[in-house]
Amino acid sequence: MEFDVLVVGGGPAGLACAIRLKQLAAAAGRELSVCLLEKGAEIGAHILSGAVFETRALDELIPDWRARGAPLGVPVLRDEVYYFPHESNALRLPGFALPKTMHNAGNYVISLGKLCRWLGSEAEALGVEIFPGFAAAELLIEAGVVTGVVTGELGRAKDGSEKPDYQPGMALKAKYTVFAEGCRGHLGKALIERFDLAAGRDPQHYAIGLKELWEVPAERHEPGLVVHGAGWPLEGNANGGSFLYHGEDNTIAVGLIVDLNYANPYLSPFEEFQRFKQHPVIRRHLAGGRRIAYGARAIAKGGFSSLPKMHFPGGLLIGCDAGTLNFAKIKGSHTAMKSGLIAAETIFAALEQDRAGGRDLVEFETALRASWLYEELYAARNFGAALHRFGTLFGGAFNWIDQNLFGGRLPVTLHDPEPDHMRLKPAAECAPIVYEKPDGVISFDRLSSVFLSNTNHEEDQPAHLKLTDPGLALTVNLARYAAPETRYCPAGVYEIVEEAGGPRLVINAQNCLHCKTCDIKDPGQNIRWLPPEGGGGPVYGAM
Amino acid sequence: MKILVPVKRVIDYNVKARVKADGSGMELANVKMAMNPFDEIAVEEAVRLKEAGVASEIVAVSCGEAKCQEQLRQALALGADRALLVETTVELQPLAVAKLLKAIVDREAPRLVILGKQAIDDDANQTGQMLAALLDWPQATFASKVAVRGEEIEVTREIDGGLETLAMTLPAVVTTDLRLNEPRYATLPNIMKAKKKPLETLTPAELGVDVAPRLATLKVEEPPARKAGVKVASVAELVDKLRHEAKVIP
Amino acid sequence: MSAANKVLVIAEHDNRQLKKATLCTIRCAAQLGEVHLLIAGSGCAAAAEAASQVEGVAKVLCSDDARYAHPLAAALAPLVTSVAHGYSHLLAPATTFGKDLMPRVAAKLDVAQISDVIAIVSPDTFKRPIYAGNGIATVQSRDAIKVLTVRATAFDPAKVGAGGTALIEALAPIDVPAHTRFVGQALAASDRPELTQARVIVSGGRGLGSAENFHLLDKLADKLGAAVGASRAAVDAGFAPNDWQVGQTGKIVAPELYIAVGISGAIQHLAGMKDSKVIVANNKDPEAPIFQVADYGLVADLFQAVPELTAALG
Repeated sequence: MEFDVLVVGGGPAGLACAIRLKQLAAAAGRELSVCLLEKGAEIGAHILSGAVFETRALDELIPDWRARGAPLGVPVLRDEVYYFPHESNALRLPGFALPKTMHNAGNYVISLGKLCRWLGSEAEALGVEIFPGFAAAELLIEAGVVTGVVTGELGRAKDGSEKPDYQPGMALKAKYTVFAEGCRGHLGKALIERFDLAAGRDPQHYAIGLKELWEVPAERHEPGLVVHGAGWPLEGNANGGSFLYHGEDNTIAVGLIVDLNYANPYLSPFEEFQRFKQHPVIRRHLAGGRRIAYGARAIAKGGFSSLPKMHFPGGLLIGCDAGTLNFAKIKGSHTAMKSGLIAAETIFAALEQDRAGGRDLVEFETALRASWLYEELYAARNFGAALHRFGTLFGGAFNWIDQNLFGGRLPVTLHDPEPDHMRLKPAAECAPIVYEKPDGVISFDRLSSVFLSNTNHEEDQPAHLKLTDPGLALTVNLARYAAPETRYCPAGVYEIVEEAGGPRLVINAQNCLHCKTCDIKDPGQNIRWLPPEGGGGPVYGAM
Repeated sequence: MKILVPVKRVIDYNVKARVKADGSGMELANVKMAMNPFDEIAVEEAVRLKEAGVASEIVAVSCGEAKCQEQLRQALALGADRALLVETTVELQPLAVAKLLKAIVDREAPRLVILGKQAIDDDANQTGQMLAALLDWPQATFASKVAVRGEEIEVTREIDGGLETLAMTLPAVVTTDLRLNEPRYATLPNIMKAKKKPLETLTPAELGVDVAPRLATLKVEEPPARKAGVKVASVAELVDKLRHEAKVIP
Repeated sequence: MSAANKVLVIAEHDNRQLKKATLCTIRCAAQLGEVHLLIAGSGCAAAAEAASQVEGVAKVLCSDDARYAHPLAAALAPLVTSVAHGYSHLLAPATTFGKDLMPRVAAKLDVAQISDVIAIVSPDTFKRPIYAGNGIATVQSRDAIKVLTVRATAFDPAKVGAGGTALIEALAPIDVPAHTRFVGQALAASDRPELTQARVIVSGGRGLGSAENFHLLDKLADKLGAAVGASRAAVDAGFAPNDWQVGQTGKIVAPELYIAVGISGAIQHLAGMKDSKVIVANNKDPEAPIFQVADYGLVADLFQAVPELTAALG
């Protein structure tokens, strides 16, 4: 099948791009076919974010979003920021002590999943062909030009044979293809390699964000309260931060973000998160409530210095698939949407000039540089690197000076040249971390958590997590790093099982939340995340 | 032969249903919805009968809110030829649905109605039987095998403890069990084609059916959590407990 | 509860005696009012006789006729509706028999039907599971006649032979429609029951260690007439086929007895079997989560415990 534009991924970037394309076509009275593929079972099923949302890009995309019923019901009313020195006390930071980028007045506490579902219905109303449950599995490249994708095949059995209902993948071709898979998309990764898009940039840096949704008694709920924190439980050279947002319908979103440049292979982001909720400042919000959802997703947070080239012959790489998140604001949705808007405008103009498509849209770069998105990312360029280099306290002080006094224009650029997976130290050099058992009230185990993500994959299919060299699981990962994948995976996909013949790595691929952390953090880059049969993975409701 | 396939929009079977905090029902806000899995089997069976040359037309029908169109489109993508939506926001109970379906049957005159044995939301397992009663048609519930031979349909049913085979003269109602078939995937081209297939909307009033609920749901509670029982010291003690305390073995 | 209530229980039987699920339904019916029992069959005098001595049964209506040789809903529904108006409640067990029949009866009477009742709150208010047991709904009927199917595992069976001698009244058969013909029945005699329908399930986990070791469970299952299930870990490890899998992504089961062997008890597994009436867990790890839901836990090496249990069951 052929389309004018194919968008891969139904998150904020992809949907903004698809909507803008249709708006431009309608305004110009042109026919323009836009197809959007989403690997989740529906739009929003794989969306997970905090989220405190800045409306700047949405204001540009759909100015009357309020009248059209966009799910932005809860304005931020109060900001609290804490530094947690350890497990029982907390320093509340006064507003003036915070980098300006951390102020949230005018923003909204939202569910990004809900927002995406709403954007999806807006897109469909404009005539975008949306196909949820179909993964883009492979790139179609002809004579050095990206001409589309091949969808994942359906109905292949675990042993590799074709089941009776087997459906081969399908080639979907387009004049331009926009990749908006979110952080560490497997096609985005392939494009970066194939077209050397990251040449001359810092490596991308990542974090894993773990999130739960709680329902609490109405009398303990303060819609619009936004709480951020740093410090405990992440200690030593582990960085990150936490969030707790009071949203709508008596829900609280609580989460921990752990930078994936941590060194100690014994660190378990999941258990750190469970431990974090026990802090009195956090616990008091959750007490008396019930946990209703859980999920996790990797975050591309390298920002400006890590941003790859976003254009290549036949297409564009946008949103978190490229890495447009503004880490100084801890927000990526408005920047992702803005990149989608710029992509749509660039592509539409290009098709107006030449209907054939397939060009390398170098003008995207110019449009990007002229936009507020570039300005934001440039101003925030040192934020993450400062925290990595100087730690939470001194890095934070640097960021205060840079963001508040100089508006992000300090005439230095800090670099962070070492990829996250290289930072892992051998287990022998690290102290094991002992985590307390979950209490079943505030803290929980992995599998009962995964249960709340509604994750499912067709059982009888090949595992979608592949080891390039299966032997390394034991000879390197286990022997040298004490099998870190059994800890950083937030879903218990990886297990070392002791058997008569010795230890064995078991991959419970059905549990996979599609967070991509294993693809990022594996010390030998030996684990590859590939898309499973379409529709598999979590089915998040309002994450 | 025309086949009517009623399909229901329900919570997706992968999603864990939870009771609303106020106990008024189950939480369905922000929950992925899908076609009832047993109805998907019904659609598949109808499509196979059409592919085998037994059926000439498949009409999918759903009753409920406007969004049921999504499930009808799914049925069309899987091979139904056209669709009917009886649109209402009233809470529909099985008897009301059966009456609506009877009215549709009177209009469409299918020779066979195939539907799921139960929906995974209310787990009622009633609609097919009620429809058969209202029509005075034969019924075969829990079908694991269906064969049409001229004016007769032979159905193998999954009953407690085994299988039973019935032969019925058409027209008839069949409700599907899990082992009847493995539904196919909807392919991209078929999903696109489905968007263009006819979908007609009706109302209960147009069909002259009173759909007022007969049952009032007073509250919905979480099931009681299971508690840990006792540890037994030996196999002998276990057998004794199972025999004399739990009484689950002879 | 109220003397004004008269309850008719439609018996599931094999012409000689009542099925256990019928006895459980009688116990449930006794909470509502005076219980009458309807037995329709061919050569079912023995069953009627046995029924007359069941605790709580005041009267037995017996329709003994060749037309009722097979319990077909299309044949039985007219018979039930012909006597329905003398009753406030019509009950049948929530088995494939009752589920097939009662909606047909209810629709003929133009009343709602209430499925899988697990508790009687009042004569018009009942509890029943919805959403695969994830919710328990309390529903109130506005109809004059309440038609219920009763989940047998929620009620103890009424005692057999403990009642007085209820009157047995012959009930004339009614013409049955010609549109349905019984062709045959294949009762699973040697074959194992289907997982979702089995009364007893023996389920194995990764603790079994290999596909060969799964045969240990076969012998136990044979003794118990049980189906064999498996945890996802065991299926993943290739010890058991896919369609044996019990759990969130496999089959949801609720047998009377569930024996979990070498299963740690991941939540996905628990989600698939937590509604079982009695759960037995055998695991060598005393910390295994399965023990948190087990009625009877046996901390022991399964390779000793399972053969011992098989032998003990004679």
